[in-house]
Amino acid sequence: MSNKLLDWIEYRIPMMRVAKMHAMEYPAPKNMNFWYVFGFLATIVLINQIVTGIWLTMSFEPSAERAFASVEYIMREVEYGYILRYMHSTGASAFFIVVYLHMFRGMIYGSYQKPRELLWVFGMFIYLALMAEAFMGYVLPWGQMSYWGAQVIVSLFGAIPVVGEDLVIWIQGDYVISGATLNRFFALHVIALPLVIVILVFLHIVALHEVGSNNPDGVEVKRKKGSLKEEEKTKWKMHEYYTNKYDIVDDVVPFFPHIVLKDLVAFTIFLLGFAYVLFFNPEMGGYFLEHPNFEHANPLKTPEHIFPVWYFTPFYAILKAVPDKLGGVIAMFAAIIMLVLLPWIDRGKVKSWRYRSGIHRYNLLVFAAVFVFLGYLGGTPQEPWKITASQICTFLYFGFFALLWLYSKNEKTKPLPERISK
Amino acid sequence: MSNAPVDNGRRRFLTIATSVVGGVGVVGAAVPFIASWNPSAKAKAAGADVEADISKLEPGQMLRVEWRSKPVWIVRRTPETLESLAAHEDQLRDPDSEQPQQPEFAKNRYRSLKEEYLVALGICTHLGCSPQHLKNGAFAEQVEGVPEGFFCPCHGSKFDMAGRVFQGVPAPLNLVVPPYYYIDDNTILIGSEEGAA
Repeated sequence: MSNKLLDWIEYRIPMMRVAKMHAMEYPAPKNMNFWYVFGFLATIVLINQIVTGIWLTMSFEPSAERAFASVEYIMREVEYGYILRYMHSTGASAFFIVVYLHMFRGMIYGSYQKPRELLWVFGMFIYLALMAEAFMGYVLPWGQMSYWGAQVIVSLFGAIPVVGEDLVIWIQGDYVISGATLNRFFALHVIALPLVIVILVFLHIVALHEVGSNNPDGVEVKRKKGSLKEEEKTKWKMHEYYTNKYDIVDDVVPFFPHIVLKDLVAFTIFLLGFAYVLFFNPEMGGYFLEHPNFEHANPLKTPEHIFPVWYFTPFYAILKAVPDKLGGVIAMFAAIIMLVLLPWIDRGKVKSWRYRSGIHRYNLLVFAAVFVFLGYLGGTPQEPWKITASQICTFLYFGFFALLWLYSKNEKTKPLPERISK
Repeated sequence: MSNAPVDNGRRRFLTIATSVVGGVGVVGAAVPFIASWNPSAKAKAAGADVEADISKLEPGQMLRVEWRSKPVWIVRRTPETLESLAAHEDQLRDPDSEQPQQPEFAKNRYRSLKEEYLVALGICTHLGCSPQHLKNGAFAEQVEGVPEGFFCPCHGSKFDMAGRVFQGVPAPLNLVVPPYYYIDDNTILIGSEEGAA
C-alpha cells in the first residue's frame, strides 16, 4: 500500500531519488569530527529564525511611532511573546557563533581549496546576506542602539565620493534615519533577505554535494573511476550519481543516518547553551541585546558609546583604526573581500592544517586570536591605546592573507596519507 | 518546420532589436521601484525650513533647534572665543573651510554670517553622532590650550568653536553649516539662503 503510494509519487516527482542522493546514499567521510556540526546547527538556527520571525511579525508594527511599543507589547502582553522574541534575538547571536566556527573549520581544513572555491564563495555570500539581515533586524525594535547603529552604518555609504550623500538620503528615504527607513528595513528583513539567504543556502548545499564534503585530513574520498581495487571501495551502497563518475574509497558512511545522528548529539549540546541564554540570560550582559536599546530611539540624543552588536565589532574596529572615513570603509570591506578571495590567496595544494607547515598553523591561530581581539576592541569604549591596538591588529589581519599568499606557493608540507587515517 | 532558407542576418537583427526593446522595458519598470525609495512628499514637507528666535540667547550659550530631525546648534560666541579662533589654526585640518561643508557666505574664519553667532549641524562628520559642547576650560583636556570646543564621545573627534575639525581625529571634515539667513535681528531662518526661498 505505502509502496504503491510512494511509487505513485516517485513517478511524478523525484522525492525518494533526491532523499537517497542527498542523504541516505550521500558519501560522507567517516572522520568528520565535531567541527563538522556547525553547518547542521546553522540550518537549525535558520529554521528557528524563520519560524519565530513569522510569529513576531504577527504582533510587530513597523512604524517609528509604534515599533518600540509593539516590541514591549510582545514582551509583556502577547502570550509567550517574550519567548518568541528571545528565541529570535538569541538565535541571531547563535547564528553568528555557529557561522564563525563553521568558517574557521573551513579555514583550518582547507575546505575552500580546489574544487570547493564556489562552495566557499556561496558561503561568504550567505555570511554577507546574514550581516545585512542582522543589521536591519536590529533596527526594528527602534531603540537607541537601533537608531544610532543604523545612523553609523548608513552614513558609511556617505563616504563614497560624488554620489555618497544622495545615496544616503535614498537609502534612508528621508533626510535622516526615520520611519521610512524602519519600514523598508522591515520589508527587506522579513521578505527580501530571508529569500536570498534561503536560495543561497540551497546553492551552498548543491555545490557541496557536487564536489563532496571535505574532512579533517583533507584527503579526497572520491577517486578517479577505475583507480581503486574492489576491496578498497566502500561497502555501503552509495547513489549511482556518485559511483558512476567516481570510485569511492572505503572511508565513507551514508550521510543519513550516520552523520545526522552525530549532528543531533551536537544539537542537544547546543540546545543546552541556547536554552541557558534564552531562559536565564537573554541579554547576555548587554552583548546579545545592548542596554541602550531598551530606551526609545531619540534622534537628538546620541548614546554615550555606540557599538554594533558583538558579531560586527571586529570589522567596526578595523573601520575605526583608519583615521580617514573613506579609507576606513574601504579597509572594512576589504577585510571581508579578503575572506571571499581566500581560495585564490592560498596557493597551497595540501588542504588540512594537519599536514601543512608549522607557520601555517601558527598563522591561522594568530588570525583567529586577532579576530577575537579586534572584536573586543570594537565593542568596548574608546581609549587611546585601543586605536593603536586596532591598527596593529588590522595590520595583522591583512598580514594573515599576505603571509599565506607568500608561503603557500612553496610550503613545506607533510606527506599526505593515501587514505584517511584509521 | 518549414524548409525556407534561414536568414541569419534577419535573426540577429530581431534578437538584438527585441533585447534592446526588452531592456528598455526593464529599465522603465525599474524606475518606480528605485524612485519609491526617495523621500516621500511628506518627508520633503517635514524637511521644510524652521525659524529660531535668538533674542534670549546670552553670550556663551547654545540653542538647539531641530531641522530635518537633526540638531542645529546656534551658539552665541563671546568676544574672547572669537579672538581665540585664530590661535590654534595650525592644528586644524581645514582652517580656511576649503571643503564644501558650508554655504559660500560662511567660508570665513568664523564660518558664519554674523561673527557672533555660530550656526552648525550638531552632527559629527565622522559617523553622525552628536558632539558635546565642552566649555570653561573643559575642552583643554582634549586639546591643550583650547578652553572651549566640541568633542564627539563616539570616536573622539574634536572641533573648535567655529565647527572646524582638529587634526588626528576620525572626522574628516568641518561641521556642516546649513543654509540660513537672518529674517531680522532676533530671528534666524534655517534651511534656505536669503533670496533663495
